[in-house]
Amino acid sequence: MSVLVGDDTRVVVQGITGGEGKFHAEQMMDYGTNIVAGAVPGRGGQEVAGVPVYDTVSGAAREEDADASVVFVPPAFAADALLEALDADLDLVVAITEGIPQQDMAKVYKRLSEVDTRLVGPNCPGVITPGEAKLGILPGNIFSDGNVGFVSRSGTLTYQVVDNLTQRGVGQTTAIGIGGDPIIGTDFVDALELFEGDTDTDAVVMCGEIGGEDEEEAARYIGEYMDTPVVGFIAGRTAPPGKRMGHAGAIVSGSGTGTAESKIQALENAGVQVGDTPEEVADHVEDIV
Amino acid sequence: MKLHEYQAKGVFAEAGLPTPESELADSADAAVEAAERIGYPVAIKAQVQVGGRGKAGGIELADDESEARSAAEDILGMDLKGLHVDRVLVEEAVDFTDELYVGVTMDRGEGRPVAMVSTRGGVDIEEVAAEDPDAIARGHVDPSFGMHPYQAREAVFEAGVDREVAMDVASVLTTLYRLWDDRDATEIEVNPLMVTTDGEVVAADAVMNIDDDALFRQEDLAEMEEEAAGDDLEAKANEYGFDYVRLSGNVGIIGNGAGLVMTTLDLVDYYGGEPANFLDIGGGAKAERVSNALDMVFSDENVDSVVFNIFGGITRGDEVARGINGALEGFDELPKPVVVRLAGTNAEEGMEILNTEVVEVEETLEAAVQRAVERAEEVDQ
Repeated sequence: MSVLVGDDTRVVVQGITGGEGKFHAEQMMDYGTNIVAGAVPGRGGQEVAGVPVYDTVSGAAREEDADASVVFVPPAFAADALLEALDADLDLVVAITEGIPQQDMAKVYKRLSEVDTRLVGPNCPGVITPGEAKLGILPGNIFSDGNVGFVSRSGTLTYQVVDNLTQRGVGQTTAIGIGGDPIIGTDFVDALELFEGDTDTDAVVMCGEIGGEDEEEAARYIGEYMDTPVVGFIAGRTAPPGKRMGHAGAIVSGSGTGTAESKIQALENAGVQVGDTPEEVADHVEDIV
Repeated sequence: MKLHEYQAKGVFAEAGLPTPESELADSADAAVEAAERIGYPVAIKAQVQVGGRGKAGGIELADDESEARSAAEDILGMDLKGLHVDRVLVEEAVDFTDELYVGVTMDRGEGRPVAMVSTRGGVDIEEVAAEDPDAIARGHVDPSFGMHPYQAREAVFEAGVDREVAMDVASVLTTLYRLWDDRDATEIEVNPLMVTTDGEVVAADAVMNIDDDALFRQEDLAEMEEEAAGDDLEAKANEYGFDYVRLSGNVGIIGNGAGLVMTTLDLVDYYGGEPANFLDIGGGAKAERVSNALDMVFSDENVDSVVFNIFGGITRGDEVARGINGALEGFDELPKPVVVRLAGTNAEEGMEILNTEVVEVEETLEAAVQRAVERAEEVDQ
């Protein structure tokens, strides 16, 4: 039916007492997500959005039997919050926070290799299984239940392409926003592996962008291991070298690595249909499913 | 954020790295005075943030007063790869036998820093990496363990650095890593690290890029940022808190979310136009942010038309439309045609509210971009 999250996922919201955290906790509950607790140091014993708040993530996880968390903690404290979540023996941590210093993330990334927890993000819109649960800030109303897996580095670009799909009656199994930072937990290959292993996913849309070599690695994975058809889109064809295009990770290096051309070429070589426009992506997907 | 060479050298010197004596100058007179104090020969170096300054004529050597004056006059005021030079660094010229490379950068694929050493300094290290990857010794560092002296020595010996200076070079690398870690650098390099005829090492150039997301805890470095800013419009974008990049085309672009704004730029190109800028106004679209964004794009003289594309997620389309209307109230007639497209939550309500006497409206992203490209062509003729 889906990957990563479903209606049985029990979620802690880290930073639930902040403006963003509280607003989105309510939005997630309205969507049907099973939010069981909040975690905010020093605010244990309170109640926010109808759920109990704990001082620690491990406390919340233990008392409420939680298996996932969504992190809305401000950037200066976010790495600590992520490390705390990774130590609380959860299955999934989704980091929404944008602007976490790279060196903090490098330490989190190291810790990630030592635990069994999966991290999605940071600087991402979250994960949604339409009709079941969303962990993050994605607008639930544009998604619909269906058989297309979706993975993207960008939030609003996801909304644009998903909206095109939904309007044509093409629904999604799960959509994963992996985030626009240079150092992220779940990458394209990880997400593609999940969809390849999901019997309900009949096609996957992958929206990449300039910077790094994750898309090239994804192309290698697709070419070697995937039977499920993949449709691609790469943003940033017109980006000049050396400039950060909004996302911290969206930068073509001075020597020319991380270009859209290289990614498109790699994906096409692996048999991926790459759309020139979001509409074209929807056309390709419609042809497949 | 990229530090200028003189700023980076200041940080290096404070950390105890060997740097040549130098002074900043903004006129030929000041450059000559600095050269007299330092003693000839000196190097006169343009302080702009482009690679390959030497090849482009931005660095000259001077043996006496008249050479120093003419070098400073040549370089001050010159246009170096699109950037105006208004300051030079006057620096003690060093007699050297070898030029090495030493640096630390983030390997994003690995999620951890990598230290690099090469005996082929003095040229663009990325070119060396492409031509002869084995000429660079690399050592990944576990960020929670840090870099210890033995790791620096391993990299230095592996690179084949002359043993006369190997320990000094290892010490430079250890200090660079400490700076990288303490000062939230994303890239730090000395290229070239010169080996002098006296057998000492000196950092003849300095590159230091700081993580923008960490400037909140690097206050002294953040203060240097204003000086490091280039383009006027980019400086204005900083003030408004927008992610903005200026390009050379004539179709202005405003949108929300990095990926969608990049896609809008690509579509402008795809439909035969040329994007003038990347401008991400971020979440929501309150009237003030909308009018600031329009102000930015209108004040770019290259812009002939504007496409304004918002995908409302949690933000509702009718709220965005009110924001746009509010921002447009100040104009009887817009200085440049604006094509708006709203999508997502409550987009239809938003489209109905929009003041179409002032802006044009399109239903899809593709249509809005095509319309803006057409309008730019009309204005251009």
